[in-house]
Amino acid sequence: MATPLVVSDVAKSFTMHLRDGVTLPVVKGVSFSIRAGECAVLGGPSGAGKSSILKMLYGNYAVDEGQIIVQHGGGLIDLASASPRTVLSVRRHTIGYVSQFLRTVPRVSALDVVAEPLVERGEDRETARAKARALLAQLNLPEKLWALPPATFSGGEQQRVNIARGFITEHPILLLDEPTASLDARNRDVVVELIDAKKTAGVALLGIFHDLDVRDAVADRVIDVTAFAAGKIAA
Amino acid sequence: MTDEPLLRVSALSKFYGSRVGCENVTFDLWPGEVLAVVGESGSGKTTLLNCLSTRLLPSSGTASYRMRDGQRRELYRMSEAERRFLMRTDWGFVHQNPADGLRMTVSAGANVGERLMAVGDRHYGRIRATAVDWLSRVEIDDDRIDDEPRAFSGGMRQRLQIARNLVTGPRLVFMDEPTGGLDVSVQARLLDLLRGLVTDLGLAAIVVTHDLAVARLLSQRMMVMKDGRVVESGLTDRVLDDPRAPYTQLLVSSILQV
Ligand SMILES: Nc1ncnc2c1ncn2[C@@H]1O[C@H](COP(=O)(O)OP(=O)(O)OP(=O)(O)O)[C@@H](O)[C@H]1O
Ligand SMILES: Nc1ncnc2c1ncn2[C@@H]1O[C@H](COP(=O)(O)OP(=O)(O)OP(=O)(O)O)[C@@H](O)[C@H]1O
Ligand SMILES: [Mg+2]
Ligand SMILES: [Mg+2]
Repeated sequence: MATPLVVSDVAKSFTMHLRDGVTLPVVKGVSFSIRAGECAVLGGPSGAGKSSILKMLYGNYAVDEGQIIVQHGGGLIDLASASPRTVLSVRRHTIGYVSQFLRTVPRVSALDVVAEPLVERGEDRETARAKARALLAQLNLPEKLWALPPATFSGGEQQRVNIARGFITEHPILLLDEPTASLDARNRDVVVELIDAKKTAGVALLGIFHDLDVRDAVADRVIDVTAFAAGKIAA
Repeated sequence: MTDEPLLRVSALSKFYGSRVGCENVTFDLWPGEVLAVVGESGSGKTTLLNCLSTRLLPSSGTASYRMRDGQRRELYRMSEAERRFLMRTDWGFVHQNPADGLRMTVSAGANVGERLMAVGDRHYGRIRATAVDWLSRVEIDDDRIDDEPRAFSGGMRQRLQIARNLVTGPRLVFMDEPTGGLDVSVQARLLDLLRGLVTDLGLAAIVVTHDLAVARLLSQRMMVMKDGRVVESGLTDRVLDDPRAPYTQLLVSSILQV
């Protein structure tokens, strides 16, 4: 089966120049791959570096060492050393990401926040909005909220907008950082359904889920991040 | 997306006597990309922008620009007339102070129409219709078309300046603190408007700002300047979320949340 994402020997540390330049090692020797149609889950305690790994895979955090090989545009690229322009293209076409919190943009309606990634990929605005409506309905977001900017929404409402925005495109790789953290049981189940549909469609998923029920429902495999602890001697 | 950068800047420096304006700046800008230039007061942002827009000539370095016909031209080797033509047709320049970019004693409609005439449009009815259309795009009511910008608020003037610059369909827009000097609620509206226009028109832009939230909202890429030099550059969210240079860390830590 196809393997659209291969991570090898990735290391990450933070150097805090404002605190006498102390270096905080986070992970090293991070190596795994994700196949099309599977959902792998990053496991490990708080602070182990799960979100940091996801952010490196999205180009949001810089990578100190190692390679992140992604199938993109008919070829392979190394995201760890890619130019900003290549990273932008990867985000538009290949890797989607649902962050833990929605970053709101003033004056843009929830519907357009969700439709935007499709419009960026060249879909016409009305088609994109129709898909956005369907997803927001599936996630039980009250219709009266669709035309409003999400800045004033509750945590769970914002998160559902964020999930819809992440799931609306057909990116072959999808990264999920605790997408169900602020959702009730009914909507957690919807997210599980959405993830299953992505798997069936052959998407490679990598997620972080604190909720054990959700994790058990979606995970094909758990990648234990403590194995990559930067303090530890590599096995 | 084409595989040729729109603007290619190499080792650009500008000295004012022995004082450094900007030093050794190198980057490429592609069509449709918005690059934010941030840094403290005196770090060389305006100097760089003025060199790029050829309002100022650099002390050394080169910049080439891909013309509409696909040819690359060296900006600092063009004649004065050629540069003026580029500025009128293919480029826009949005000043922090709208009074620097507008003609304060002619009507709002004429401020917009003038740019169209400068690119050769002579048809009065069409010019006026386009002006009305652009004023509405920047949310200025059409009953204000005959008013002079002197009678406008700061936010309205800035929106008018933007309309004046975008009406000719430029491919590259330079902006120096486009939301500076406006109060916060007016800023938010202007930013939102700019963000929409830049995306809809697929503009490339270089935006100088000291406001990291503005950079986050408008740009995909960012350059951080200090003492005339670029100390860090990359994707905007990468630079803001994982700042590497000591100065960038200081800049990011000194604001609440972006
Ligand atoms: N931008 C940053 N700058 C400095 N340190 C950071 C940054 N991001 C993360 N860290 C540090 O890196 C370590 C790993 O953080 P990370 O967020 O990846 O953990 P996590 O496994 O996702 O934890 P949680 O389960 O609590 O979300 C932590 O010590 C954190 O403080
Ligand atoms: N015409 C000039 N003659 C001499 N020195 C100048 C001139 N213009 C700018 N400088 C100097 O060049 C340096 C960079 O100035 P510049 O205006 O580019 O800074 P800036 O980053 O735009 O600052 P600000 O955020 O305050 O607008 C400063 O030290 C400034 O004093
Ligand atoms: Mg985390
Ligand atoms: Mg300046």
